[in-house]
Amino acid sequence: MLEIAFKGSKNYWLWIVLLLAVIGAGTIAYINQFTNGLMTTGMSRDVSWGFYIANFTFLVGVAAGGVMVVIPYYIHDYEKFHRITILGEFLAVAALVMCLLFIIVDLGQPTRVLNVLLYPSPKSILFYDMLVLNGYLFLNIVIGWKVLEAERNQVKPPMWTKPLTYLSIPFAIGIHTVTAYLYCGLPGRGYWLTAILAPRFLASAFAAGPAFLIILCYFIKKFTKFDPGWEAMQTLAKIVCWAVIANLFFFLCECFVVFYSGIPSHTAHLQYLLFGYHGYHALVPWMWSGFILMTLGAIFLIIPKLRNNYTLLPVSCAMIFIGAWIDKGLGMISGGFVPSPLHHVTEYAPTGNEIMVTLGVYATGFLVLTILYKLATTVKEEIRG
Amino acid sequence: MIKSRRSFLKVAGIAAIGLGAAPAINFAASNSHGTGEAVMTKDPEALLARRWGMVIDTNKLDEQIAQDIVKACNNAHNIPDFNHEVDKEKYPDTRPVNKKQEIKWIWEEHFNYAFTDKEDEFLAEKFKNLDFLVTCNHCKNAPCTQACPTQATFKREDGIVMMDYHRCIGCRFCMAACPFGSRSFNFRDPRPFIPKINPEYPTRTKGVVEKCDLCAERLARGEQPYCVEAGQGAIIVGDLEDPESEVRVLLNENYSIRRKQSLGTQPSVYYVV
Amino acid sequence: MKKNYIIAGLAIFVIIVLSPFWFNMVTTPMAAPKPELLGKAATTKKCVLDKYDMRANHMSLLDTWRDSVVRSSDRKYTAANGHSFNMSLSTGENSCLGCHEDKAKFCDSCHTYASVTPYCWECHTNPKEIQ
Repeated sequence: MLEIAFKGSKNYWLWIVLLLAVIGAGTIAYINQFTNGLMTTGMSRDVSWGFYIANFTFLVGVAAGGVMVVIPYYIHDYEKFHRITILGEFLAVAALVMCLLFIIVDLGQPTRVLNVLLYPSPKSILFYDMLVLNGYLFLNIVIGWKVLEAERNQVKPPMWTKPLTYLSIPFAIGIHTVTAYLYCGLPGRGYWLTAILAPRFLASAFAAGPAFLIILCYFIKKFTKFDPGWEAMQTLAKIVCWAVIANLFFFLCECFVVFYSGIPSHTAHLQYLLFGYHGYHALVPWMWSGFILMTLGAIFLIIPKLRNNYTLLPVSCAMIFIGAWIDKGLGMISGGFVPSPLHHVTEYAPTGNEIMVTLGVYATGFLVLTILYKLATTVKEEIRG
Repeated sequence: MIKSRRSFLKVAGIAAIGLGAAPAINFAASNSHGTGEAVMTKDPEALLARRWGMVIDTNKLDEQIAQDIVKACNNAHNIPDFNHEVDKEKYPDTRPVNKKQEIKWIWEEHFNYAFTDKEDEFLAEKFKNLDFLVTCNHCKNAPCTQACPTQATFKREDGIVMMDYHRCIGCRFCMAACPFGSRSFNFRDPRPFIPKINPEYPTRTKGVVEKCDLCAERLARGEQPYCVEAGQGAIIVGDLEDPESEVRVLLNENYSIRRKQSLGTQPSVYYVV
Repeated sequence: MKKNYIIAGLAIFVIIVLSPFWFNMVTTPMAAPKPELLGKAATTKKCVLDKYDMRANHMSLLDTWRDSVVRSSDRKYTAANGHSFNMSLSTGENSCLGCHEDKAKFCDSCHTYASVTPYCWECHTNPKEIQ
């Protein structure tokens, strides 16, 4: 089946070459980081996780978001999603590849990464995160591939893919819950120490993932002969709408608890993110734009007329996607570290090298996504033609 | 030759995984010949405790002593000083430093920062400018050891929270987990910034986390930690589980506080105020 | 047509895979360094393992040592021959380099020949080099 990826239009190859160029530049930046250490990043003693872990967290959400097409189709037999289920699964694969790469580039001693397997530590949440992330990746590759292959041969997918598909649903919830537990189980970090963190992560995931899927549907429609179906996209848009509303609601719950109780170690972080703290406010404009984008996106999606607007829909989705990225990517990680456990303020901003490595990882993910989507759309074109 | 459960388990584990099985099996096989059995033991002079702890007597602490303590620790443990001028001949391509990426094992903090949960509007005058020393608390319920995915940081039976620099993968989960900001990460090779390397103690490599190890290497030789030595009585280290120990006597006779007690990590560092 | 391509490809593959042998055929290979005991080690004549065991298994022993020192805080090694040693690469008289004083001869010459780069010395220091 992979041979399909080697036949494509000029535009297809141009895009591949562009991605490879970015990957190349990212690799050079990573070699710099590998030889000189993480000094090439903007991280510090106080803000010990930065852009890499932030993007990792966000992309775990995008991967988990794929389940929003799997559940309606496989559990509720929602036929409209038949054509796009594979797109959701392959998006999860690409997102997970990026997640794992972000973990690797964040390590200080990447060559020792297998120590995690050599000395398994069941008390560490990272151990479980490794299990569920790899498990979900494996499930999606196997299911997606087998189902697509069966579709190509015009036969039913093998029986054993069914239970795997059902298994992938708790795994999808699992990857984001466990990722939230990485943060919310730490006693000294007031911003993360909240039971609503995992639900909030899931809500933003179920907004960001399907929102991105809708945008991808537009690209597919434009560049291939395969039509994901307007009704499916509309249903997805409704899912995005309610998920983003849930996300905003959870955030307001968090704000209420924090500001009404007024416990300093909890308020300090939100204070820093939303209004600035002791004269430091690098993230304030970001956070407000993030929440405004998500709120506007929610409004655009909840009004049927605006949601049905073919040109406005991708814009609303992009707003929500970017808003969720700011909220979960930029704010969530930095916000937890500022102020530090000793209430010193050290601000964080990624360096150029760090951003280049990040772009390289994203380009790798998009390369995987492009190839997988190329397979999926070509197979679907084949059987229709 | 070596007969210990640990090494047996290790050999078995490695063989099971099939990684580097050959040398391990050879090594195990070599146990069969030889005149006697090799054993690994503690130095008979080593200082032992059920749970090591530290008492910092703030009455005996002043600016000078605090500085001496920090200096003694830094010099002995090869802690890089980012203000140190790099020897351009020995380390020609050293890039400029980011001082926010510094390494600290024990350092001075004002009361409000050391005890963030004891914010006091009307703090006693004597505390306002006093430099408290803060370091790893060697917590009884250490969140860092719980977070570590490789057991590179772990709790020893005697209560010391140890770092295994050989095993650390540099994920920095322990740094996020520590509520006291006691951990530092080697963002770069520290050697160019070590004014004078102490050959008695290793330096660290880039990419691993480090922190105070309560001078485990000194206790093993029967010596007191460097901070105790330099502290002129301001720092006492001893067995918290032994009611007769000097630390317990001090805690019995004085009012003491600990950092962020409410988090339940049970710090083993007490401050007599 | 396709058959020729495959055979040509296989031939190129074999040539590349065997490149170390070609390389050694045209260049003169480095002679294996002869291990020799120098300084204190030459006169003391006692070690943690016997000669052949040492050559084959020192890396496993060091791995056991570092776990013992760091993780179980047992720092004294009494060898099968009854002699005691400080389990350390370089601290004090009774450590590896305390006896085998010349690191270049004791460690580096063989490691260089065998093209292995253990990362011991990224952290541990040779006291001689510091002075």
